[in-house]
Amino acid sequence: MGKTFKTIDDAVIRFAGDSGDGMQLTGGRFTETTASIGNDLSTLPDFPAEIRAPAGSLAGVSAFQIHFSSKDIHTPGDDPDVLVAMNPAALKVHQKEITPGGTIIINTDSFTKKNLNFAGYDSNPVEDGTLDDYFTVIPIEMNKLVTAACEGIELSPKFVIRTKNFFALGVLYYMYDRPLEATEKWLEKKFAGKDVIIEANKKAMYAGYNYADTTELFTTRFKVEKAVLPEGTYRNINGNHATSLGLLAASEKSGLKLFFGGYPITPASDILHTLAAWKHFGVQTFQAEDEIAGICSIIGASFTGNLAVTSTSGPGIALKGEAMGLAVMTELPMVIINVQRGGPSTGLPTKTEQSDLNQALYGRNGEAPLPVVAAATPGDCFYAAYEASRIALKYMTPVVLLTDGYLANGSEPWKIPDVDNLDPIDVEFIQGVKDGEEFMPYKRDEETLSRPWAIPGVPGLEHRIGGLEKAENTGHVSYDPDNHHRMVELRQEKVNRIQNDIAETEVFGEENGDVLILSWGGTFGSCRSAVETLHEHKKSVSHVHIRWISPLPKDLGEIIIKFKNVLVPEINMGQFIKLIRSEYLVDAKGLNQVNGKPISASKIVETVNEMIG
Amino acid sequence: MSDVNTPTYTKKDFESDQSVRWCPGCGDYGILAQTQKTMPTFGRKKEDFVFVSGIGCSSRFPYYMNAYGFHTIHGRAPAVASGVKIANPDLSVWVVTGDGDGLSIGGNHFMHALRRNMDLNILLFNNRIYGLTKGQYSPTSEVGKVTKATPYGSLDIPLNPPSLALGAQATFVARTIDRWQAHLSQMLERSYHHDGGSLIEIYQNCNIFNDNAFEEYTSADKFDNVIEVKHGEPMVFSKGTKGIKLEGFKATVVDMEKHSLDDLLVHDETNLDLAHIIANWTSHPVLPEPIGVIYSVDKPTYNSEMVSQVDSAIKAKGPGKVQDLLNAGDIWTVK
Ligand code: SF4
Repeated sequence: MGKTFKTIDDAVIRFAGDSGDGMQLTGGRFTETTASIGNDLSTLPDFPAEIRAPAGSLAGVSAFQIHFSSKDIHTPGDDPDVLVAMNPAALKVHQKEITPGGTIIINTDSFTKKNLNFAGYDSNPVEDGTLDDYFTVIPIEMNKLVTAACEGIELSPKFVIRTKNFFALGVLYYMYDRPLEATEKWLEKKFAGKDVIIEANKKAMYAGYNYADTTELFTTRFKVEKAVLPEGTYRNINGNHATSLGLLAASEKSGLKLFFGGYPITPASDILHTLAAWKHFGVQTFQAEDEIAGICSIIGASFTGNLAVTSTSGPGIALKGEAMGLAVMTELPMVIINVQRGGPSTGLPTKTEQSDLNQALYGRNGEAPLPVVAAATPGDCFYAAYEASRIALKYMTPVVLLTDGYLANGSEPWKIPDVDNLDPIDVEFIQGVKDGEEFMPYKRDEETLSRPWAIPGVPGLEHRIGGLEKAENTGHVSYDPDNHHRMVELRQEKVNRIQNDIAETEVFGEENGDVLILSWGGTFGSCRSAVETLHEHKKSVSHVHIRWISPLPKDLGEIIIKFKNVLVPEINMGQFIKLIRSEYLVDAKGLNQVNGKPISASKIVETVNEMIG
Repeated sequence: MSDVNTPTYTKKDFESDQSVRWCPGCGDYGILAQTQKTMPTFGRKKEDFVFVSGIGCSSRFPYYMNAYGFHTIHGRAPAVASGVKIANPDLSVWVVTGDGDGLSIGGNHFMHALRRNMDLNILLFNNRIYGLTKGQYSPTSEVGKVTKATPYGSLDIPLNPPSLALGAQATFVARTIDRWQAHLSQMLERSYHHDGGSLIEIYQNCNIFNDNAFEEYTSADKFDNVIEVKHGEPMVFSKGTKGIKLEGFKATVVDMEKHSLDDLLVHDETNLDLAHIIANWTSHPVLPEPIGVIYSVDKPTYNSEMVSQVDSAIKAKGPGKVQDLLNAGDIWTVK
């Protein structure tokens, strides 16, 4: 119909509406379709904190952003090119972030006086012209159109109107030239047995697609070609799912039963849900009475020879602190996962932050060093969880795994690993001691300083452990001052030795130059994107991403000194940077933001440009 | 769980090489000795016993038992022990706790371990005082208790552990006294053979900070105030001179000179309503202190149900392979 196709490298679209409008589901469908046609992608769901905020309120706005591309991308994108606003509140919340010149698709049927007032608009922005100067506004009467499309289907008007998200999805499928079949199949599976629901949603989706095709509102369609990804088999994955799979893989490779003890908390609960469904893998999940019981149960399970795991978020980690100290003292292997969210206190439960690093490193009484590893991307959560398990078992130590709300719920295409190629995890339970010999529960392995794992049920190894200081070797309670000093040193030295297991640090870009961007955790994508952009502008900038924060890699000091400036972007007020400054006596600069969102690549580019002019 | 090569142990086999460090005269000594003496009668291999404790005088217990032991942190023993039991349900897992450890800081874990019917044997050493921290009032201290923390007398109303346990859906609730050595041994045995969570509250004398707290139940001349409840037997006490009658929900003490055994309430440890009534005689102004198995019923345990869930999932779906799970769902290949 006279529409032109424009090929573009990438696009960022955001679906926003009321919690009840099904925006997460819509985004999820768009993502699966986009993944299956071979684009690289990255997503960022943005949930409201309230489960049932009043309909139409600003607090109840739920959004889902997807960035997809024919190139290798690392972030869910900064500002959206297209915003789908299902109601005035969604427009109000997201309007200021749309790329100038971007497109806003609006469901005008929800722009009633009441909803406008609720969102704080004095006049209707669709009609008063305030948006037209900056954006292309596409008003659509979605409620009316789905009602017409679903005529003849025996479904109450209330349910018919609920299909409007599939109408919007159809519009976007048209705009970006995506096939509808995968979504049709999904509807058939999801609503099997509820034929009217399937039919209504299909009709709504086709109505949206056709509406976009026939009206003059859309003049251009966009093509985003397949991305050239490395060879392999791919799936789309989010961080919490990847974390769960990583733990399960470690269980299979080590031959240990996986025991998970935890307490529900946003945004970590999905790990509990996922693992709970894997009983046929022998996984045992224990929903404890509180966070403390969660970690205590895994301490018991670890003592008894399981691969023991707990997961939580900030407030939960605060509660687990004392038990983590016990785990340090008793030198038992376990993985403690913190899916970080906005703090302090209850903070921003559904928003992302990197502000629990200090808590992970130092949040215990006494000298209680722990290894801390952080995942970089949603798919990397798999490897980080696997690595955390492997190190915990090899060194007989609790390990903290840090992910965050953005990684946990964000998704990306992920090359499926071959389990056979993962690093082996060899576990040995001590089987006994020679006749006449006394069992030494705190006698250490020379290389790793790990102590033997003696599980109940083995004759001759009956022994007692606990939170009181241990005598070296015998593990008896000891108040001897010199022994205490020695044991404090040994526990630290054991963590330090993990350096021998950490791969050489990779420098992205030149080995020396004007600026080194040093990142950890979920800021990987933004930093990598920023450095790629800066390279296009011939800037002398490199990127190092740190996986193990405790212990830090051996070679980091030598890398850092080769750069004139060091920039550390973090979603906190500067926690990693303090460690870097104190460890390496370097005048690093921070880029800190705590607004519940990932740091944008453009902000990093801007900061670097300011630094080096 | 019973073994063909049932080991023959003596008390000595359960004594560890650690020197015992309770105050001389502490009731804990008697409990320890009786436990070490009773364990060999179970015919269970000693490597299968795990003793888990929290913090407090009583929580030193695992160090003195030659078995697997874990001296954990304050109040958390039931949670750690639950992890042990789930990880290996074939172990015999014992929790040693006190009134402060188990009912104050650890009240939540105590209640939930019982609610789940996790097969743990919980020994609650109740001395109605904080011993290790040198004498503050505890959640079982009587109202008005004068301690360093309550120079004007405590204001708190004490907890009644058997009532609490029954309210938490416990399947085995018993009470004994440190000085009643034979009875203590019987209770340990009953608890051991009970498949499910069990609580034994042990009245334990802290001769340093709360001496003679249970004097009225342990001195022979005052046996008026204590009744040993036995399943299927009428409720008589005070050397057979008194009995208990139930009228409606109300228990009354009757004189046996004027009543026959047929008039008396007969204990039925499987009757939950009765168990609640008996538990309420605790520290009662008129009714005697109940000692013995107050309640005992069989219900599926958390740990065995967990095993059967795993087994039936494996039966239904076949043992999982991680690679299959990784490759599940929408996948595509890039060549
Ligand atoms: S303080 Fe009391 S309970 Fe503690 S060891 Fe001494 S006598 Fe026993």
